[in-house]
Amino acid sequence: MLTFTIRRLLMAIPTLLFISLIIFLILDLAPSDPTANLPLTIPPDVRADIRASLGLDEPIHIRFALWLQQFFVNEPLNLFEHWTGWNFGGEDRTRVISWQTRSPVVDIIAQRMPQTLWVVGTAYIVGILIALPIGIYSAYRQYSIFDQAGTFITMVGFSIPPFFSGVLVIVIFAVQLQWFPSVYDTTHVVIGWDSFVIQIKQMILPVMVLALQITSQISRFMRASMLDNLTQDYVRTARAKGLKESTVVLVHVLRNSMIPVITVIALGVPQVFGGAIITEQVFKVNGLGHLLIGAIQSGDLPTVQTLTFIFAVLIVLFNLIADVLYGILDPRIRYD
Amino acid sequence: MTDLTTLEAETYQKPRNQWWDVWDQFKTHKGAVIGAGFFIFVLLFVFLGPFVWTLDAQYIDIRARNQGPSWTHPMGTDQLGRDMLSRLMAGGRTSVSVGLTAMLLALIVGTFVGVIAGYFRRLDGILMRLTDLFLALPILPLLLVIIMLFRDPLRASFGPEAGIFILIVFVIGITSWMPTARIVRGDVLALKEREFVLAARSIGTPPHRMVTRHILPNVLSPIMVSATLGIATAIITESALSFLGLGFPSDFPTWGRLLFDGTDWLQRNPERVIWPGLAISLTVLSVNYIGDGLRDALDPRIRGR
Repeated sequence: MLTFTIRRLLMAIPTLLFISLIIFLILDLAPSDPTANLPLTIPPDVRADIRASLGLDEPIHIRFALWLQQFFVNEPLNLFEHWTGWNFGGEDRTRVISWQTRSPVVDIIAQRMPQTLWVVGTAYIVGILIALPIGIYSAYRQYSIFDQAGTFITMVGFSIPPFFSGVLVIVIFAVQLQWFPSVYDTTHVVIGWDSFVIQIKQMILPVMVLALQITSQISRFMRASMLDNLTQDYVRTARAKGLKESTVVLVHVLRNSMIPVITVIALGVPQVFGGAIITEQVFKVNGLGHLLIGAIQSGDLPTVQTLTFIFAVLIVLFNLIADVLYGILDPRIRYD
Repeated sequence: MTDLTTLEAETYQKPRNQWWDVWDQFKTHKGAVIGAGFFIFVLLFVFLGPFVWTLDAQYIDIRARNQGPSWTHPMGTDQLGRDMLSRLMAGGRTSVSVGLTAMLLALIVGTFVGVIAGYFRRLDGILMRLTDLFLALPILPLLLVIIMLFRDPLRASFGPEAGIFILIVFVIGITSWMPTARIVRGDVLALKEREFVLAARSIGTPPHRMVTRHILPNVLSPIMVSATLGIATAIITESALSFLGLGFPSDFPTWGRLLFDGTDWLQRNPERVIWPGLAISLTVLSVNYIGDGLRDALDPRIRGR
């Protein structure tokens, strides 16, 4: 198992390098000019100086190597220094600088991360907590009314895109009923009970939209996995031994059905970050997705590059976690 | 003698095409039948609807702006007085066309990669690594970046509408072929070990005919199922891009663009958001149900029961 994990970790390195190359090349080969948005009155030689100051006149392989060094050496070292307070004499290390704000991209991401984590993380947990019981009960009473209603609702949740469900809940709960605010206020600070209630209120709508998607995906998997296990021989054996029905279903069957579901949950984490871009845009949550869209619209290539790459790292990382988890949970699959 | 011949005539049935069995099984899935009916309705609505409802989607009638539903404008008008019903038809034409063409592109690439990887052992490793790489790409951010960067040059060379259409179909197709490739490869690997493939090879069938005559017809069912799911994801992705403002321009409506434009008028005319949103959701829902029914109908183990 350990050798498998190490092998997968080593495999991840070329994958990530290749992805970073693809992202870099897409941005680089694009026929657009970062100085195109500057005023036309700037004379051509000054414009050339600006391009040189951005490092755009170097050959492509040197820029790629420099970017790799910034991203994989300088930024982690900075983070490490920041956390431990030690100093490796790195004041003159070049960092990935945003063209929009002239501040290091990693610092901006660190500022935006908590909002995304709060909203998306809560939604993910809520979605899982709703999905598991629905999936279990749907499978246990297959073809019952509950099952058919559940299947229909998950199908609907699967089909409604977040930019429609988000706008729909805004129309219903914010415009018509006026229960919740339609915009997520990221500057809101929780200091007491009242402000806590406001925080909960403004989180309900985005969490609801995200949780609907997550619930429909996971409960489908949970139901299918339970159905596979309910017809197995060991279930009959457990019943024949005279175990209580709740023990049979919730201990024997559930534990075996959770194996694929847990890997699906792990695989879904980066997808939620990606899908949350739209939800963040609808509710104006000032998180990573919002940062990405803003950076794309203003042509801030370093920020776009870094964010896209972080999303890619998340995907690779959680793929790895899912594979390792599968091996740990299911002794039949040990890979070695 | 006569008894025997009538008996034979009664018990003898013409050999049925297997697609009739598939259709019989498909008919038993209620959701799939309703979904198929609705999808045909959507196709008729967006492609033949403009011949019945002849108002021009681009005609600006500024005096009739922001109207609610009435007999002259059953879905009301937008802030420039353009008729929402004909805009919905025009938008649907784009959305559905993007969905169908992007799905076709993804299907062709996916099937090609899957069959090649499954059939030729030497290429398997490389092609599957490539598939894994594509699966590890963050799709939505990359789509946004590609469209932002390549929009203007393509617009200049193909015209504003065709250029963005080509770009969006291409990027959606090129980023969604991976699931098809994986499924097809798995099926081809299993098929390769079957006796009829051995028999075909023993009479000297060349590889290209092997693939087209023996392999491809047998992997048709997973391809059809992933085709339906591909339409659904392509429509949703296109709408998401338009919603984020990086899809089609406003004077060339799609369902996602209509929804995005409608959000500014949410308090005043909420139906401007509801109609395109419902169109997207119901189309995707019906396509998903068709896929569900097809999966059951094309599985011979279920069909027998």
